[in-house]
Amino acid sequence: MTDTTMSSITAPPPPMSGRRGPVGSVLIHAALIAASIAMLYPLLWMVSASVRPEDEIFSSTTLWPSSVDFASYVRGWFGLDVSFGRFFWNSLVIAVLTVIGNVVACSLAAYAFARLRFAGRNFWFAMMLGTMMIPYHVTLIPQYVLFLDLGWVNTILPLVVPKFLASDAFFIFLMVQFFRGIPRELDEAAMMDGCGPWRIYWKIMLPLSLPVLATAAIFSFIWTWDDFFGPLIYLNDMNTYTIQLGLRTFVDSSSTSDWGGLFAMSTLTLVPVFFFFLFFQRLLIEGIATTGMKR
Amino acid sequence: MAAVQDSAIAVGAGAKGRPAARGRLADLWTKHGAGYMFLLPWLVGFFGLTLGPAVASLYLSFTNFDLIRSPEWVGAANYVRIATADPKFAASLQVTFLYVVLSVPFKLGFALLVAILLDRGVRGLTVYRAIFYLPSLLGGSVAIAVLWRQLFAGDGLINSLLAQFGIEGPSWISHPDYSIWTLVVLSVWQFGSPMIIFLAGLRQIPTDMYEAASLDGASKFRQFYKITLPLLTPVIFFNAVVQTIEAFKAFTPAFIISGGTGGPINSTLFYTLYLYQEAFGNFRMGYASALAWILVLIIGLFTAFSFLTSRYWVHYDD
Repeated sequence: MTDTTMSSITAPPPPMSGRRGPVGSVLIHAALIAASIAMLYPLLWMVSASVRPEDEIFSSTTLWPSSVDFASYVRGWFGLDVSFGRFFWNSLVIAVLTVIGNVVACSLAAYAFARLRFAGRNFWFAMMLGTMMIPYHVTLIPQYVLFLDLGWVNTILPLVVPKFLASDAFFIFLMVQFFRGIPRELDEAAMMDGCGPWRIYWKIMLPLSLPVLATAAIFSFIWTWDDFFGPLIYLNDMNTYTIQLGLRTFVDSSSTSDWGGLFAMSTLTLVPVFFFFLFFQRLLIEGIATTGMKR
Repeated sequence: MAAVQDSAIAVGAGAKGRPAARGRLADLWTKHGAGYMFLLPWLVGFFGLTLGPAVASLYLSFTNFDLIRSPEWVGAANYVRIATADPKFAASLQVTFLYVVLSVPFKLGFALLVAILLDRGVRGLTVYRAIFYLPSLLGGSVAIAVLWRQLFAGDGLINSLLAQFGIEGPSWISHPDYSIWTLVVLSVWQFGSPMIIFLAGLRQIPTDMYEAASLDGASKFRQFYKITLPLLTPVIFFNAVVQTIEAFKAFTPAFIISGGTGGPINSTLFYTLYLYQEAFGNFRMGYASALAWILVLIIGLFTAFSFLTSRYWVHYDD
């Protein structure tokens, strides 16, 4: 099922055989263009508001600013006691470590589930699938108590260490599906040549799995960058804030005064996600289409 | 296949010149050890971060626990209070159900409609698909919630647009009757990821079925009703379950738009927001654990119900 979906996504569209007349085609494009404008309008308006002179932000519903002025970015960047540079750095560190943790730990587990034979494998695999169904609210409070006792609150550890323990079971599942598609003959040939499981994992599975590893890495990055709830719970000192917490603090402290700065900083927090989207669109869309990733 | 692999391991080991007769333990290790080595990080996480905490959470749900003093056993008191004497629980459950019932059908409806428009040979498919998917990807971030709060404010962009048509809109986010709708609109705006899954599902329906139906003189509507919809039911079912569970767990937009309060008058008090308030605002960790288990129960019941009813409407080929 997943294989056919993948190939049909990448394959060229099937021949038309005249199913739609020119009038129908124009109507469809009109509807799609109208929908596209409605979808993008709020985003474009926000970007445009971030470069407008302050007194013009709310007086206009058009997207084109009368003059472009980046003062809002400077004001917003230094609008709190801690600059947004710090928040960006914190988010970046957490996101990069999360990517590494997820890719390494999930691929190890996925290799075991997909390729190695050991007692209890099916049992653990079922457990792993089970953890995907449990809402995180159930483990939230004891995890918080645990990390509090360890003295990890107000550090990035509660946000990063679980990723090195393959806590995003979803990615394990994704990788298992992919690994299963790699011909077994390759491992068997390598075993004949005396390779152990580590070498097979490292020299055969990982290089052949770059698409799925990249998909997991990109989604890890974007979700971590956007995550609000985890940092909200574990980070209370403004020096440790991520970009999402910083933005929220900015909203609370200056929502009535500095709209330009608010929209400028909002725009900046979306920029990395936007560029990831631009560069890895195909991987992201295939990832969604083949596995039904949420969000 | 399995036997081949085992013998291959044996051959590999033999080739390295290890002694043929070894202890039973060493044999077991060769056979199962590698698997557990690879699984080790996950196993530590499973016991330390999932299973252990889940058991602890169940225990805490029968206690009063404020993080400072040790948990005090109170039996089923938390659950009794939730069921009988907690108006905020009832309110948050009502808000959450309302949100699920309003947002999921609209979102899936839009997703399906757009997927059908995009299916089969629309020029510029990739551009449209990208535009429609972008909001799904940005959706969970604070910036979008902040933007939404501004769009639907009394003097916000939506009302400015309405004013051009001579309509005077209310202050959407500060009016208890309308505030939930702003969150529903936000959720529907993010219809991109179910749309992509629908699109993939539509691609799986063989074109010749439509051609045959056309030859038989079936109208477009009839083709949709008799071919597309039945063959798409597995994907509809999948999207409905995933989106509903996600809707039950929604948090960030309600938190940002209401400033963490769930107001006005609890009209955006999502269940998860109430849980957060109890745990990290009032430090009633035991009570919040009980709330978490009720959420599990609700999601579990919903999922079981979906799977039970699915056999009457979901069409599988095999």
